[in-house]
Amino acid sequence: MAEHEGHEHPNPGVDPGAPAVIELRGASVARGSRTIWEHGDIAIPRGSLVVVIGPNGSGKTTLLQVVLGLLPVSEGSIAVLGDSPRRGDPRIGYVPQNYTAAIGSAVRARDLVGLGLTGTRWGLGRVGAEDRDRIDSTLDAVGALPFAERRMSTLSGGQQQRVAIAQALVGRPEVLLLDEPLANLDMRNQNEVVELLETIRSDGDMTVMVVAHDLNPLLSVLTGAVYLLDGHPHYAAIDEVVDEDLLTHLYGTRVRVVHTPQGDMFTRSGR
Amino acid sequence: MRGPVVLARIGYQPNWPDVFSAGFMRSAMIGGVLVALAAGLLGYFVIVRQHAFAAHALAHIGFPGATGAILIGVPVTLGLAVFCVGGALAISLLGKRLAEREIATGTVLALATGLGVLFNSMTTRNANSVTNVLFGNLLAISTQQLWTFGLFTVGLAVVLAVVSRPLVFASVNPEVAEARGVPVRFLGAVFMVALALVITMAVQVVGTLLLFGLVVTPAAAALAITARPAMVAVLSTVFGVVCVLVGLLLAAMFNLPPSFVIVTLSFLIWLAAIIVWRDRQGGEVPTSIA
Repeated sequence: MAEHEGHEHPNPGVDPGAPAVIELRGASVARGSRTIWEHGDIAIPRGSLVVVIGPNGSGKTTLLQVVLGLLPVSEGSIAVLGDSPRRGDPRIGYVPQNYTAAIGSAVRARDLVGLGLTGTRWGLGRVGAEDRDRIDSTLDAVGALPFAERRMSTLSGGQQQRVAIAQALVGRPEVLLLDEPLANLDMRNQNEVVELLETIRSDGDMTVMVVAHDLNPLLSVLTGAVYLLDGHPHYAAIDEVVDEDLLTHLYGTRVRVVHTPQGDMFTRSGR
Repeated sequence: MRGPVVLARIGYQPNWPDVFSAGFMRSAMIGGVLVALAAGLLGYFVIVRQHAFAAHALAHIGFPGATGAILIGVPVTLGLAVFCVGGALAISLLGKRLAEREIATGTVLALATGLGVLFNSMTTRNANSVTNVLFGNLLAISTQQLWTFGLFTVGLAVVLAVVSRPLVFASVNPEVAEARGVPVRFLGAVFMVALALVITMAVQVVGTLLLFGLVVTPAAAALAITARPAMVAVLSTVFGVVCVLVGLLLAAMFNLPPSFVIVTLSFLIWLAAIIVWRDRQGGEVPTSIA
């Protein structure tokens, strides 16, 4: 982590006065009769790179599903890019958890990315030169061009995650949602994906929201965090969230925040 | 003495050109090619959606439909179609995830096979018809069946032309497709009905017990060679058509049951594909294939 910037520049490039891209007002969500979380008031500014944290079962993935319009709020309201969320909004890119687990050897990386662009089109219309250029440039942007012709099953976890991100980006969304994109990656691949997310955020005027169970790999690039504390979603700038008392309360186990002599910061659990 | 007699029966038939040009053989070729086309178009989805067991089971679920049709005197195709489509919808409603689906499929299969036993015990005539359902009899395809096959195959091609891209998306990436607004559940039902109709046809060509060899194996061989959906459809269709036509030719030349030759050829193509292309599976597929 030593090569990453410290937390002294917590909001690089984020204008605090920017209009909220994702805004919850008194929002609650239920599955059946069970309330997942309630009274959520958050406003995420455009151009943020936000982590969603909380203990297992606190409703992190549920929050993504609400933003995607897959699950309605039971109380209050939510606005995404100024509108009520609706399923199929092309302005939102999504990389689900365990994205590649179900994908066998039957699909190439390039075809998978192409589906992000053409998979919603009915009929047999040909994929035009413009679409192919877009697929190529997106593969290039995430560094997946060298293995674009290979089958997904033959790629490493880090390569698969790049392809998944390319598929979410190829439709040129304004918001990118990722569910545990760092799970099952080794440290080098984690760092590479984290750097890629920061590049996507800063180059593309993109708002990025990442569900993660471990803050540490992301700390150097985050601008803010949504934390699901005691059944309520909250949003705060990252400096306020990386707080021993808050994290200890959040996870229900002792969490310490350690500052290294190099100016880096990380969290650790236990004594 | 029995051995040589058996061998003589399956030996080379000098009169095979006459057999091969007979009217029933033309019907067999047209029927077989129609089924190979339909199966080839759908085979990619059967494998990518991990429905190979469902395909196999649906063929068996069709069995009581066929014996029931014989019992009450309606066309076998109708009985097969009713049971296959009903079974397909039951499987897709009862089993959403793969593990659930395996159980739902097996349970529906057991129930259907039980009905098949019942219907079979109630009918005393037409034991030959039951054999035809189990092992297929391409040589007994009627003109009426050909028209039905033609209708099914054209219908499938039209439906796939409309839904192919969203169906590929929903098959390889259901969660993302759902979020992007693709009607994943609806497409799943469309796929299952299409599969049921392909199986209704294929059962009459190669029979319940050998169906896998014509519906799943050619697509599996194609997928070993390429992962491009359109190329898989082309290759598996070609493999299926070659199996049917060469199978009928060899069956006529050597007086063999067509079903046997067709699935044997299908097996050999699959074996060659996985042996030759296995090492290349991960390799880069030359873009010039397109």
